[in-house]
Amino acid sequence: MARATAFAFRKPSVLPGFGLTLGFAVAYLSLIVLVPLAGLVVKTASMGWPEFWSLATDPRTLAALRLSFGASAAAAAMNAVFGLLVAWVLVRYEFPGKRIIDAMVDLPFALPTAVAGIALTAIYAPNGWIGRYAAEAGVKIAYTPIGIFIALVFIGLPFIVRTVQPVLEDMDREVEEMAATLGANRLQTVVRIVLPTLAPALLTGFALAFARAVGEYGSVIFIAGNIPYVSEIAPLLIVIRLTEFNYAAATAIATVMLALSFVILLAINLLQAWSRRRLGHD
Amino acid sequence: MNALASIDSEGSVALGEPVDVTIENVVKAFDDTPALHGVSLDVKAGELVALLGPSGSGKTTLLRILAGLDAPTAGRVLFGGEDALGLAVQDRNIGFVFQHYALFRHMTVFDNIAFGLTVRPRAQRPSKADIRRRVLGLIDLVQLNGLDKRYPTQLSGGQRQRVALARALAIEPRVLLLDEPFGALDAQVRKDLRRWLREIHDRTGHTTFFVTHDQEEALELADRVVVMSKGRIEQVGSADDIYDSPASPFVFGFIGESSLLPVTVADGAAVLDGVPTGLSAPGAAAGPATLGFRPHDVVLVEDDGPALRGRIIAERRHGARRRLELEVGREHHRAEIDVEVGAPRPEGGRIAFRPERWRIFPPR
Ligand SMILES: Nc1ncnc2c1ncn2[C@@H]1O[C@H](COP(=O)(O)OP(=O)(O)O)[C@@H](O)[C@H]1O
Ligand SMILES: [Mg+2]
Repeated sequence: MARATAFAFRKPSVLPGFGLTLGFAVAYLSLIVLVPLAGLVVKTASMGWPEFWSLATDPRTLAALRLSFGASAAAAAMNAVFGLLVAWVLVRYEFPGKRIIDAMVDLPFALPTAVAGIALTAIYAPNGWIGRYAAEAGVKIAYTPIGIFIALVFIGLPFIVRTVQPVLEDMDREVEEMAATLGANRLQTVVRIVLPTLAPALLTGFALAFARAVGEYGSVIFIAGNIPYVSEIAPLLIVIRLTEFNYAAATAIATVMLALSFVILLAINLLQAWSRRRLGHD
Repeated sequence: MNALASIDSEGSVALGEPVDVTIENVVKAFDDTPALHGVSLDVKAGELVALLGPSGSGKTTLLRILAGLDAPTAGRVLFGGEDALGLAVQDRNIGFVFQHYALFRHMTVFDNIAFGLTVRPRAQRPSKADIRRRVLGLIDLVQLNGLDKRYPTQLSGGQRQRVALARALAIEPRVLLLDEPFGALDAQVRKDLRRWLREIHDRTGHTTFFVTHDQEEALELADRVVVMSKGRIEQVGSADDIYDSPASPFVFGFIGESSLLPVTVADGAAVLDGVPTGLSAPGAAAGPATLGFRPHDVVLVEDDGPALRGRIIAERRHGARRRLELEVGREHHRAEIDVEVGAPRPEGGRIAFRPERWRIFPPR
């Protein structure tokens, strides 16, 4: 009995198939995700702590990691705001061309990332459509962290829109009307009623956009200019180390990225579980 | 029991002054399809009226217009003699309760009830301690003591609806609008809440509109019943008026069980498909009319004089008696009558009967 309760999973259901599906899910995850990651960790472990530490704290590596995670977080935050706005407009308003805009949201998913990178570079380069005016104003976009940020915003947008949209569609209009009859103005209703309801979906979208941005390569390297210490992202640095046959350094950077990503995603997940519980999903 | 008295003695629940509500010729059209065709109604301060009608008769539409959630196409609404349509929803000071509660799921019971007070502009917002006293008083009034820290998903349907009512009462509304508040609950809970709502109304005295499609609920609860059909008011009156003197075949048919037959009035009596029925039609104009009677108001008669005649097409047990489904007259109109369980089954299923009470309605 004690064993059974000690190992009880959360609410084992009376519906059959729990054991089977859980077993399958674990086996599948192990094969697809855990085994390659374990390989990475084993490789790192074989190099010994002092060597790993000196590789991981190499200034160029640190600069690249800071840029990758910083730009990704900034881009995901930007998308959380404007992706929410896009989802809101798509769900709440009727206007001509709505279907087309709706379809356009998915384009960053579908486009080969290299194509996106080249297109963005063409636009934001100092002689490009937009880059020209930015250059006149004294702002350099392409070949700087700003360019990286723009590329990451571009590829992350669909994650926010597509996670928030269904929740917004399901939202009961009567709840907002209720707030109005109780005297709440529009701003109070949005801040105190709508946003808390959307919070779990927003966090999911943020986590997805962030994770995608951290690992993004194709669309960034063209616009980034890849200047060491300035606009060189961590995934690119890994590739550079690999082409130098410096496998140890490549592995060390990868391991740090893995650990950081895991911690951040876990934190977002916990935050999300907490906000979901408040909405009574559990 | 005297929860409100105790709140009053603390002086913290000052009720919004109940007001007269006047509805004048309110018309509402959705994309050209009219949902309300000129509705007029006067409701006295503190009165509890039930809006009763089948689904789609425009009850919700009328409530939403009163609340300011929709604007009428034409007509006027006055609260206490003053134009209400010019006021935004936020400023109308009405308490609304939706059928599906519309509780704020991410807030506790306490925060749900406090919401209307906490969103007030700073100058009108009661102090934190005042809000707390008031909310706990309301929680006591709706008998949810001890549940103030629960989230809505941790409550039963009946409890949720009580939270919704407390939340609406918290803003000291001038008018209370309840849209099928018990519609999603099971029969026993409905009955309890009905009695409880009547008690609360007697104590708090809000001008209250109560929407329902359940006639029993309307007749039992309300001071006056407003029967609606297809965007029109069919009749306004007490439960007795509505039941004993229905103003139209619709009301007669909607309240209680009934059979309706198309007849002609000639020489002060009703004629069905050219055959005299022997039923007088005092005061009715000659010409087409509708005869209405209740299945339990019928006696069987010998088949030799004026009567209604029909053929039994189905029968079933109905309480203490047996209900017969008939095809009546030459044109096979449907009607239902009740007979004693032991009554002999007539030859060939043919039967002659006479309502002991009946009504003749003029054509619309
Ligand atoms: N937002 C709307 N758009 C179009 N038609 C509506 C809308 N709301 C209600 N209606 C129509 O108005 C009529 C009355 O509806 P409603 O007031 O909801 O009736 P009830 O509450 O009595 O069931 C119905 O025919 C309904 O289809
Ligand atoms: Mg309705």
